[in-house]
Amino acid sequence: MKRRQFNKLVTGLAAGVCLTALSSLSVQAAEPLKVGFVYVGPIGDHGWSYQHDQGRLSAEAVYGDKIKTTYVENVAEGADAQRVIYNLAKTGHDLIFTTSFGFMNPTLKVAKQFPKVAFEHATGYKMAKNVGTYISTTFEGRYVAGYVASQVTKSNKIGYIASFPIPEVIRDINAVQLALNKYNPDAELKVIWVNSWFDPGKEADAANAMMDQGVDVILQHTDSPAAMQAAERRGAYAVGQASDMSSFGPNAHLLSVVDEWGPHYINTIKAVMDGTWKPKANVEGMKEGAIVIPSFNESIPADVVAHAKELIAGIKDGSVYPFAGPIKNKAGELIVPEGTRLSYEDLEKMNWYVEGVQSDIPQ
Amino acid sequence: MDIDLITNILYAMIRTGTPLLIVALGELICEKSGVLNLGQEGMMLMGAVIGFIVTLLSGSLLLGFMLAIIAGVLMSLIFGLITMELSANQVATGLALTIFGTGLSAFIGSDYVGKPIEGLDPIFISGLTDLPIIGRMLFGQDLVVYLSFILFAAAYWFVNYSRPGLVLKAVGENPHAANAIGLPVFKTRYLAIMFGGAMAGLAGGYLSLAYTPLWAENMTAGRGWIALALVVFASWKVGRVLLGAWLFGLASILHLVFQGLGFSVSPNLLAILPYLATVVVLVILSSNQARSRLVAPMSLGNPFYAKG
Repeated sequence: MKRRQFNKLVTGLAAGVCLTALSSLSVQAAEPLKVGFVYVGPIGDHGWSYQHDQGRLSAEAVYGDKIKTTYVENVAEGADAQRVIYNLAKTGHDLIFTTSFGFMNPTLKVAKQFPKVAFEHATGYKMAKNVGTYISTTFEGRYVAGYVASQVTKSNKIGYIASFPIPEVIRDINAVQLALNKYNPDAELKVIWVNSWFDPGKEADAANAMMDQGVDVILQHTDSPAAMQAAERRGAYAVGQASDMSSFGPNAHLLSVVDEWGPHYINTIKAVMDGTWKPKANVEGMKEGAIVIPSFNESIPADVVAHAKELIAGIKDGSVYPFAGPIKNKAGELIVPEGTRLSYEDLEKMNWYVEGVQSDIPQ
Repeated sequence: MDIDLITNILYAMIRTGTPLLIVALGELICEKSGVLNLGQEGMMLMGAVIGFIVTLLSGSLLLGFMLAIIAGVLMSLIFGLITMELSANQVATGLALTIFGTGLSAFIGSDYVGKPIEGLDPIFISGLTDLPIIGRMLFGQDLVVYLSFILFAAAYWFVNYSRPGLVLKAVGENPHAANAIGLPVFKTRYLAIMFGGAMAGLAGGYLSLAYTPLWAENMTAGRGWIALALVVFASWKVGRVLLGAWLFGLASILHLVFQGLGFSVSPNLLAILPYLATVVVLVILSSNQARSRLVAPMSLGNPFYAKG
């Protein structure tokens, strides 16, 4: 084929596509709502991005052919993200979810150019006329996990595999420590930083190093199920993170703190369909069904499970709040007086350990 | 620190060092022939995903490991064809191989994420494994660890004492001279590349079948790059690769153990130790022109043109 012919063909094709696009515009009423999702990781990580994709699938299951979803995975934070978000907006998506902290500024920049498109950004704090945010309160689940851990440990040593010392991670370590302080002050929390969100080998090494030191319950704020497997091999307990990890350790798996993004996606899509959507800072937890503990290990004593369920019910109705005063910091100074609560804004900036955590925050 | 803790640290040191040792041995042999293959990470991931899928479907760990090795070899052959037949730049081709392997393994493995298998278990010899300090380290590992000991011994003998090893080194130092005296340059380089691929495949399989029996995208998490650094760290000597791999293993284990014990050593500092060590060795090596010429294969990274 000669170049000119080729060019003709391409032009023809493009014209055809344009015509189709035009004709589809005229019947827009019957068109499905187009929803775009931008993921930072692969959907195969069985963790953060995987759970967002599960949320997308559950929205598809609810709305069927009333919506059409598109997702882009493995999007690097920064300029690349802006290009991806721009393309989604340009190709007629009515609602776009951007699911990582680093997509915040790219989302805002693109949103300015497409005022009619609704944007929602996960875990960020900046909003605009057509940009809302959403985040889930994982610390509620971690508090319950901390309670269960405090009851099932025999060695009184509980391990915590941590990723990076950012407020979200420090906050959740504190939630576990507060549960220990309340329910089993003799239990010691050992924190090991692996400096990675995802490195199965290293997470397993950390789990093993902890168990070598007598730890018999392992919690994690990293994304792979490797620690669960390591615990299963050596007869310890572990708590799953982000997704249900029970299949990796039928005996070891105490419970998983699962992020359920489905309800948020379903509600948001409905609001956009109805034309009632407004940008909000959505903070969602157990009450909204965004944080779920699907099951408890059968070997946990019945009274412990019962109390854990009471805690969950209390968190849902607001009577239980992990960060209610009095809370002291590591040095023993009273930071949150009796009768007051740390607000969500305070928790977003948390950079100090509560009383009882053994190690220091890495600098 | 009590005896149990030391026993466990030594055990974990060997275990952590094993995948690094296997990949680094493969890369060392490959580089000895004058070929620099930066595709370790891609070949490892392909080995990991193929090994995992085969074991999941067939239930056989042996079959899983065998196909992991074959996957590594096939990946290395892609590299071989491009760099040898087309004389493409080795660095660029190797990087492309890593990117290709990362993407392809994610694509193939997407349906297998979150599925557990029965991994390879460590062996236990009553009497020997119970020995304090060295018991678990030497007698409580899994079979691949023992295989890595054998591979090391074989590579050591091959490079230092065998005639084919001499041919390998001759090809890596000066392929034109080797060609002139009738040594098979292409064949030697192909075999070295394939050996590198086989070792990367085996190490990948070790990660997904024994170390953490699961498949997840990008699960090698940079171990291929550490192995490349190890070869430099070892200044292309087989014996030092073993030492280096175990030292790297020890450093990464201590970094975790110290935190658990509550020592206030910055985990970040401990985490960079392996890389710091590599940089130091590089500095020492390159501080002296003559010394740096002695250690690295002379034709490393240069394509060979038979007629040129």
